[in-house]
Amino acid sequence: MDIKELNKIKEKYSDVLKKKRIMVCSGTGCTSSKSDVLLANLKKEVKAANKADILVEKTGCFGFCAKGPIVVIDPDEIFYEMVKPDDAADIVKSVIDKKPLERLLAKEQDKLVKKWHELNFYNKQKRIALKNCGTINPEKIEEYIAVDGYQALYKALNMSRDEVIEEISLSGLRGRGGAGFPTGKKWLFTKNSENKEKYVCCNADEGDPGAFMDRSILEGDPHSVIEAMAIAAYAVGAEQGYIYVRAEYPIAVERLTIAIKQAKEKGLLGKNIFGKGLNFELELRLGAGAFVCGEETALMNSIEGKRGEPRPRPPFPAVKGLFERPTLLNNVETYANVPKIILNGGKWYQSIGTKNSKGTKVFALGGNINNVGLVEVPMGTTLREIVYDIGGGVPGGKRFKAAQTGGPSGGCIPAKYLDTPIDYESLSEIGSMMGSGGLIVMDESKCMVNLAKFFLEFTVDESCGKCPPCRIGTKRMLEILTRITEGKGKEGDIEKLERLAENIKKASLCGLGQTAPNPVLSTIKYFRDEYEAHIKEKRCPAGECKALTQVHIDPEKCKQCGICAKNCPVGAIDGEVRKGPFKINQDKCIKCGICITKCPFKAISK
Amino acid sequence: MKKEMITLTIDGKEVTVEKGTTVLEAARKINIDIPTLCYLKEINEVGNCRMCLVEIEGVKGFKASCVYPAEDGMVVRTNTKELLDTKRTILELLLSSHEKKCLTCVRSTNCRLQDLSRRFGIEDLEYEGEMPKSDFDDSSDCIVRNTAKCILCRRCVNVCKKVQGVAAINTLNRGFNSKIGVALNMGIRQSTCVGCGQCVINCPVGALTEKSNIKELKEALADPKKHVVIQTAPAVRATIGEEFGLPIGTLVQGKMVAALRKLGFDKVFDTDLGADVTIMEEATEFIERLSENRNLPMITSCSSGWITFAEKFYPESLEHLSTTKSPMEILGTLIKTYYAKKEKIDPKDIYSVALMPCSAKKAEIVRDELKLEGGLQAVDCVVTTREMARMLKEANIDLASLEDEEYDAPLGIATGAGHIFGTTGGVMEAALRSVSYLLDGIEIKEVEFKNLRGSKGIKEAEIEIKGKKHKIAISQGLANASKLLDEIKAGTSPYSFIEIMTCPGGCINGGGQPIVNEFKKSQIDVLGLRAKALYQADKKAKYRKSHENPEVKVLYKEFLDKPNSKKAHKILHTHYNKQEVYAESEQK
Repeated sequence: MDIKELNKIKEKYSDVLKKKRIMVCSGTGCTSSKSDVLLANLKKEVKAANKADILVEKTGCFGFCAKGPIVVIDPDEIFYEMVKPDDAADIVKSVIDKKPLERLLAKEQDKLVKKWHELNFYNKQKRIALKNCGTINPEKIEEYIAVDGYQALYKALNMSRDEVIEEISLSGLRGRGGAGFPTGKKWLFTKNSENKEKYVCCNADEGDPGAFMDRSILEGDPHSVIEAMAIAAYAVGAEQGYIYVRAEYPIAVERLTIAIKQAKEKGLLGKNIFGKGLNFELELRLGAGAFVCGEETALMNSIEGKRGEPRPRPPFPAVKGLFERPTLLNNVETYANVPKIILNGGKWYQSIGTKNSKGTKVFALGGNINNVGLVEVPMGTTLREIVYDIGGGVPGGKRFKAAQTGGPSGGCIPAKYLDTPIDYESLSEIGSMMGSGGLIVMDESKCMVNLAKFFLEFTVDESCGKCPPCRIGTKRMLEILTRITEGKGKEGDIEKLERLAENIKKASLCGLGQTAPNPVLSTIKYFRDEYEAHIKEKRCPAGECKALTQVHIDPEKCKQCGICAKNCPVGAIDGEVRKGPFKINQDKCIKCGICITKCPFKAISK
Repeated sequence: MKKEMITLTIDGKEVTVEKGTTVLEAARKINIDIPTLCYLKEINEVGNCRMCLVEIEGVKGFKASCVYPAEDGMVVRTNTKELLDTKRTILELLLSSHEKKCLTCVRSTNCRLQDLSRRFGIEDLEYEGEMPKSDFDDSSDCIVRNTAKCILCRRCVNVCKKVQGVAAINTLNRGFNSKIGVALNMGIRQSTCVGCGQCVINCPVGALTEKSNIKELKEALADPKKHVVIQTAPAVRATIGEEFGLPIGTLVQGKMVAALRKLGFDKVFDTDLGADVTIMEEATEFIERLSENRNLPMITSCSSGWITFAEKFYPESLEHLSTTKSPMEILGTLIKTYYAKKEKIDPKDIYSVALMPCSAKKAEIVRDELKLEGGLQAVDCVVTTREMARMLKEANIDLASLEDEEYDAPLGIATGAGHIFGTTGGVMEAALRSVSYLLDGIEIKEVEFKNLRGSKGIKEAEIEIKGKKHKIAISQGLANASKLLDEIKAGTSPYSFIEIMTCPGGCINGGGQPIVNEFKKSQIDVLGLRAKALYQADKKAKYRKSHENPEVKVLYKEFLDKPNSKKAHKILHTHYNKQEVYAESEQK
């Protein structure tokens, strides 16, 4: 493959991209809602209609997962939401008739929205890492080439290794896996390590609960990562790369496998790439699902076939990493930015974002929020913009209580910080962290002690067991949290938690243990009164902790209709119709809340 | 090349060390004992117990000093309040998941966790909660594992893997339920374990112990119908004094004999005489093989962990092993044949005990290949140095204060050659003292082969036999043995004769020996001192070559005829068989 051939493919397939194309989201979320069946049906319908000029393609995640499965009709960008397999015939008909199918269009403020970029959800977004997700078929390398794919690699190979690294440094790109280490610096350290053998690795072991940024990139645009790794290999002087990806991401694994095969066939991986002397081979390594294997040294242990647990640092991977050789490790999203930086220049990238945090960040928006999905925003966007403008606010008219960023390593951000611009520094200032991009919104019905307990349960499960502070300490913290939520908390438990948390942070061997107490510390910091209510008053203010919650029927409001008793799954409501107010037997009640929702007179509450 | 030196300050004191030294090692140079539970130099440098954390000026967060390289100009603090608070928390957490049965723990008073709890003045159990699921594995004849006491330091794992190349155990499960165990949760008996007990002597707590045979021995001693005899291995005389407060390296042969007699043994014999017979047989065997150019190199067969290792890992190379029984088995055999006949005792009435520095010997005595006529075991019971010390203490016998006594006849005279069997290189040295005599009656003048001594993993030398030069090798630690065995397998071994000792340092560092804590070992050359005691015993000995032993001469004259005679072959030689590992049928 030389640049002429590449450009030839580019030209040819640019035209293909301009054709009538029905793009079906084939990410994990939409696939689980049968977008694969939909795709097959669409192909059938097109064939039946004998319309060879209408193309049906799978594509990557559009991000608006709450409304999936999503179909976009290109080149007009007509956006259909919540599409079912049975809608295939109507869609094909509408494409032939050139009339949008109104029933599948999105509605905003009672108005139909036709094009996807006109939706509020996309309005404040800036898609760099996700640029190709939703626009190309990730299983066709030609389509990636059509949108400037592998041009950055060619450009980089015409630069000196130092120039490539300088460009990355200039861009201000920082690690998107969570810690935010300057990417250019990491590349430079690895380049400067003297060794004939070096490795370039990609951390695709995304493990935060609710996070799926990296998965979506791999599913929607695998070549961007492969191209970036080849650029990195050139810059640091490596000839072998590994992508460490979770086996629980079967679609990502499949697309990567296809992409690597195609890149090899096209000579974009392998020997003497572009005739410029770069040799680079790339292999996949599947992780067995241990969260800690997202930690760089544990990841390397796992690739080496050892028990997935961290090693002490120093030596740092840039000096002695995989197989004891200098190793560059970046995460998926970091790599996905690289080709764009090389093509558009570090200066361009640097113009986006805040003083110390450049570019964009992808967040997986979840929890009590209307527009659950994947969003990419410039650094410095406020939490309020993400939650309300993009996310569409909290459902059910409930109050925003807090957002958790950084997953089990991060912390909660209370409502008073909604206007904090999101970047590495400001998040850590308020006791949370950027993390890899999980953003979970909680409304007023969420108990913050219970939230801390949830994350601790996760870290206790995921601790590798190597060092005692993490192995035993997180377990003891969880035990204390559990007893607090069960109404068995003791005076001094908060202080005990704080002391344990501080020492676990200071003493643990790796990032998992060093950050595991964060959710507890930040909830204590902002919601100490909730902890105290649990311990001192044996009360859960949010009404989430079942052991501390009682459901009551207000005898004044009760109209003695008996609907509650009829609907109670455990027969915990006593009374006879029209013979006096109904009463809840607290010994039997399981606090499921069905009666509350069923009472027509709002007479029942927690 | 001269090493670059760097100077750093630890707790206000300057220390100059070679570049590449860790902060912990640098601190130890100036007698600062930074606490650690997992560290074992060059074997377990994993930074996982977190007790060795230090503060380094300009470096964010606490760092594990056992793995952190010292740098020039570095300023280190090991004892700030913040650090000590954190370490106290770690200890409290460890205690919260540790089976705290200290009063009934065999390691009480010699336990690093207990020691640190005292040092940190922990007087209350701050954290309590669920205990991790634990295993009690007594499937082996040699060692017992109780993971309820384990603190997951992984010393055992890495000693087993790196020093012994056995890798019988590893960390299983994740997080709070992590435990050390055998693949597929099998019992240690089914694993590649060779019973050497290196895990036991490196365990900082009481999670690993020898399988105790004290109870059976007490029964036998109390049984008036039993004639109870004991033999004592070469290395025990150099170590058992430690258990009674004597300095490391104190030779206590006479006191030990006196103590055993006091405990009630009918006869106290010396395994070292068995060692002398081993030399007569093995050296003769070597000469034979050499002349026939058969099954070379020949490898020694006295270390029972090594025998198991060969049977489990190198079954195709078993013909290289000398067929001569181990000194313990030779003496045990002689006790139930030669001695029984001489004293007119029915061998069935003899209870034959061996005091060994070794846990692997507990498995050796039950081998079918070693059974005597009528299915009798040559040795009925093995107790380790540590077990014997416990028995003596219980019986109010203070070994240290006893007057020396002599071994009993007729199996109580040994040579210096027999004594040095207890240290690496000793068997080879003893053999070389006798080879030329056994070959053509020539007595060598210089009996000390200094080049065969010392702590190097594999030692090499050249000897001349009948004008021809032969290369020999001595290895200690089974990982080193593997290197030699791989050469044999590949057909590239340049050696004619190889001595293999299971344990690093040989029997003086056997799995049944007194346990010296890691910090003390780093300050004192424990193995060097113990070896020195044996070399002193050798120097003082009246006879220094096995073939000079007058008892041995009588033995051959009256009973065995000559080395490798038909009779000797029948009772003093054995054979080896492949051992299956991880066999499902035996699953516990």
